[in-house]
Amino acid sequence: MALALLLAVLAPAGAAHAAPGDDQWGFRGLVRDGERKPVTGAAVAVESDGEVVGTDVTDARGRWEILGLAGPGTYTVVVKTGGKTYEVEKELVRSGTTLPVQNLVMSTSDAPAVQASLGDKLAQRAVSGLNLGLLIAIAAIGLSLVFGTSRFTNFAHGENVTFGGIMGYVFASLAHLPLLLAAAAATVAGAAFGYLQDLGFWRPLRRKGVSLVTLMIASIGAALALRSLFQFLYGNGTRSLTREDWGTVRLGPVVMPATSYVAMGISVAVLVAVGVWLKRGRIGKATRAVANNPALAGASGIDVDRVTRIVWVLSGGLAALSGVLLGVFNQVSYDMGFNLLLLMFAAVILGGLGTAFGTLAGAIVVGLCTEILVLWIPADMKYVGGLAVLVAVLLVRPQGLFGRQARIG
Amino acid sequence: MPSDAILIADGVHRHFAGVTAVDVEHVEIPRGRITALIGPNGAGKTTFFNLLTGFDRPQRGTWSFDGTPVQGLPPYRVARLGMVRTFQLTKVLGRLTVLDNMLLGSNRQPGERLRNALLGVVWKKQDRTDRERAREILARFKLDGKADDYAAGLSGGQRKLLEMARALMNEPTLVMLDEPMAGVNPALTQSLLGHIADLRERGMTVLFVEHDMHMVRNLADWVVVMAAGRIIAEGTPESVLSSEAVVDAYLGAHHDTDLRSLIEEDA
Amino acid sequence: MDWILNSLREIITPTTAAYALAAIGLNIHFGFTGLVNFGQAGFVAIGGYGFAISVTQLGLSWPLAIAVTLLLAVGYALLLGIPTLRLRADYLAIVTIACAEIIRFTLNSSAFASVTGGANGLYNDYSGWITGANPYPQGLVHLGPWTFTSTDLWIATVDWAVVAVVAVGVFLLIRSPWGLVLKGIREDEHAMLSLGKNVNLHKLQALVMGGAIGALAGILYVQPTSVQPFDFASRMTFNMYTMLILGGAATVFGPILGSMIFWVVMRFTDELVNAGVDAGLLDNATQGSQLRFVLVGAALVLLVVFRPQGILGNRTELSFDAK
Ligand SMILES: Nc1ncnc2c1ncn2[C@@H]1O[C@H](COP(=O)(O)OP(=O)(O)OP(=O)(O)O)[C@@H](O)[C@H]1O
Ligand SMILES: [Mg+2]
Repeated sequence: MALALLLAVLAPAGAAHAAPGDDQWGFRGLVRDGERKPVTGAAVAVESDGEVVGTDVTDARGRWEILGLAGPGTYTVVVKTGGKTYEVEKELVRSGTTLPVQNLVMSTSDAPAVQASLGDKLAQRAVSGLNLGLLIAIAAIGLSLVFGTSRFTNFAHGENVTFGGIMGYVFASLAHLPLLLAAAAATVAGAAFGYLQDLGFWRPLRRKGVSLVTLMIASIGAALALRSLFQFLYGNGTRSLTREDWGTVRLGPVVMPATSYVAMGISVAVLVAVGVWLKRGRIGKATRAVANNPALAGASGIDVDRVTRIVWVLSGGLAALSGVLLGVFNQVSYDMGFNLLLLMFAAVILGGLGTAFGTLAGAIVVGLCTEILVLWIPADMKYVGGLAVLVAVLLVRPQGLFGRQARIG
Repeated sequence: MPSDAILIADGVHRHFAGVTAVDVEHVEIPRGRITALIGPNGAGKTTFFNLLTGFDRPQRGTWSFDGTPVQGLPPYRVARLGMVRTFQLTKVLGRLTVLDNMLLGSNRQPGERLRNALLGVVWKKQDRTDRERAREILARFKLDGKADDYAAGLSGGQRKLLEMARALMNEPTLVMLDEPMAGVNPALTQSLLGHIADLRERGMTVLFVEHDMHMVRNLADWVVVMAAGRIIAEGTPESVLSSEAVVDAYLGAHHDTDLRSLIEEDA
Repeated sequence: MDWILNSLREIITPTTAAYALAAIGLNIHFGFTGLVNFGQAGFVAIGGYGFAISVTQLGLSWPLAIAVTLLLAVGYALLLGIPTLRLRADYLAIVTIACAEIIRFTLNSSAFASVTGGANGLYNDYSGWITGANPYPQGLVHLGPWTFTSTDLWIATVDWAVVAVVAVGVFLLIRSPWGLVLKGIREDEHAMLSLGKNVNLHKLQALVMGGAIGALAGILYVQPTSVQPFDFASRMTFNMYTMLILGGAATVFGPILGSMIFWVVMRFTDELVNAGVDAGLLDNATQGSQLRFVLVGAALVLLVVFRPQGILGNRTELSFDAK
């Protein structure tokens, strides 16, 4: 049903956005001065191997765009204004995790043509990593709770994130809702999506008493079907979730879009709320009881089915919220959630499957590693850092950092 | 005190996140006898089994089987030494036939090595011997009619029987049974009792965990009592079951009638 | 009618054969030993890239290239297996898919493009050994109602010969006591340990064998085409699970039958999509091909839930949903 809804909403979208061709490589940017006012009339050139491959002049809003580059590779973006030259080297890569068109924000208050120090870059990356970690945490807590209450590793959870991202795009960019409202609407849609998945799919399977391995395989099937459906409806394109621009905020050496700080604020607030709910709330406590021992919880009068349903709703909503925030942090694409899935697993396993607090800690470690390692590894191998952490943790502690050892016999 | 011990354990200690599950100073299991390991729920009996057979690692402790130190060995090595266990929650190989379950009990099959797998000549003979022996044991356990059925289709009691029968394929020296009688109907219990007694006749040593005192009295030559991880008493069934300390440990504050009446009946 | 004939042609194409072979390998892991490997695509990628790079960049002769590639796959299996085989089924699934993705990201990365070709992959400069030995007449070859290029048919012949040899080998192995131990491990590791079986060793052997077969499939897979990193995405592994469960996991010929049916159906839906494009129902064929994978996913779910034993599987054997 949620899918039918999505279909209905997206069908016109697909037509309107006659897919921005897959091979549209290039840069898009904004040039500003020290007061963060747009710089008009700056000459921008993109060079490859010392040869100019494209030029543009910034418009009244300080924006420029150079598209139609040959493809992936290393480019130098040169901006000339007020007699000074600014240069940055940027890499365009073909990968599921980066965009063919990169956005650049340059400021004339930056020292012209000078590289940032390692410390500054580290600080910048650390903040990005924290941001990513919090996004992963929101999505992964749902995964972890579902595992806790039904001992089921859901490989289709990434698609819940994508669903949220696409819904955010639909509400923000197509329906032109303000960003925060769009985020809220997408979260509600995600919660409904989670509810319907449990009602129409997973609960009947649990009732049928199928094994966990079967559930796991069913979940990869569901993931494949949903991801392909998203690809069909949304296309291969990668788009900004919103056209809203909240400007950037500079904190010491770290320059981040204001939306990122808002996203982090929302993440922290939501995580604290979920944490308190699990500790104090009646249903939250019941959730923990079910996670500890479903049979015992059932015997002591907890409605396990109801708790599981609530967990699915929560899990769907949180995943969707994470998708929206990820769409703001990065961009929206049909496989954004799938790419995040393995990092979510990394977070959950790092924290031990089924423990919510551990998941948060794990997510932040994974987020930081993923972003910080980019300083040393190529950008198109970004997620390898997070995955490597996952593999390393499982080698050292097969039951996760905070997990318990299973009993035998 | 047993004169000839097949298994001797010293200072075995295992705790889980603060809970002490096993804390055994010293225990000996007499050779060629049937020893019962009893104790209230959560006493640490299964954990002790897991430790002895290598399925779990203690924080400290040493034990030897037939004179060989076995602590630290992986479970399969322990089993190959002749110390075979069963599980409290029966573990049959559900989607294999009863006969295949039995064949896997044998450790003499060279065809289980990858390099021999394609050489039928190497393993066909052993396969025939194993099949014969398997059918023989199955017949003893009244499972011969089920040989070609999937083990998953067996009843709970039949699974217990199969697990025990399977453990015997190797002619082990020590058979460790974790609650072999749990969930088995009285008629079957009687035949299981017979089987266990039969093992002793065949020269094997049996260590079994049991909650039913009637069984213990009927079957065991020696009784070891565990409570809260410690060995609190050992001796012949008569002496142990009438000991006040054991009754207290077993029943705690709620002195029930069961054990008492059993002991009075006894006296 | 054309549609049906065109679709049935897929039964013998090289891709079907390569997938069947990789699925046979995966079946050793999943169907026989119960190892939930969600990263078989990683082994196939090692096969394809290992062979292509050995031939084009290292200039090795083809037998040597195959040997090096298989060794590489064995090494990877050991690296993956030794630390992870003691993990629970779901953790193993996650680690295997993570490692396969690490491999793909690495092969796809522009950082190693001089060796791997990065996102563009590698052009086919390595299949001379097989095409050079082609005994069929040049040009188009007619086989019943179908037409193949001579090269395609020859590669298909070689591929199916390899599949047949491997399938028979696996059949014999599974029937042996060694195979029985694998099945026992699938059912219950602890029980097998208590019976004195070296569970980890057997699991490692199964992982290495299935992985090496996967790599061999990778070598076959890239012969008729170029090497494309995108081909080795997790979708490849998921397709194989669909085949496996369609044909019958834990049967020797299930993966082969599964691969045949899978590709016939894929081709058939492809034809449907093309008809849809012609009729103006769909924007373009790429879009339509996404729809096919929606079907694959849905089919996998329905199969694993309602017919987990597949077509060739024994109904009773798998109707006890273990664990
Ligand atoms: N893997 C584990 N993690 C945490 N605690 C454990 C684990 N295994 C056992 N325990 C604890 O150790 C104690 C002993 O358990 P054990 O299963 O050995 O008891 P038992 O004597 O076999 O009981 P029963 O007669 O009920 O089978 C219990 O308190 C149990 O909760
Ligand atoms: Mg016990």
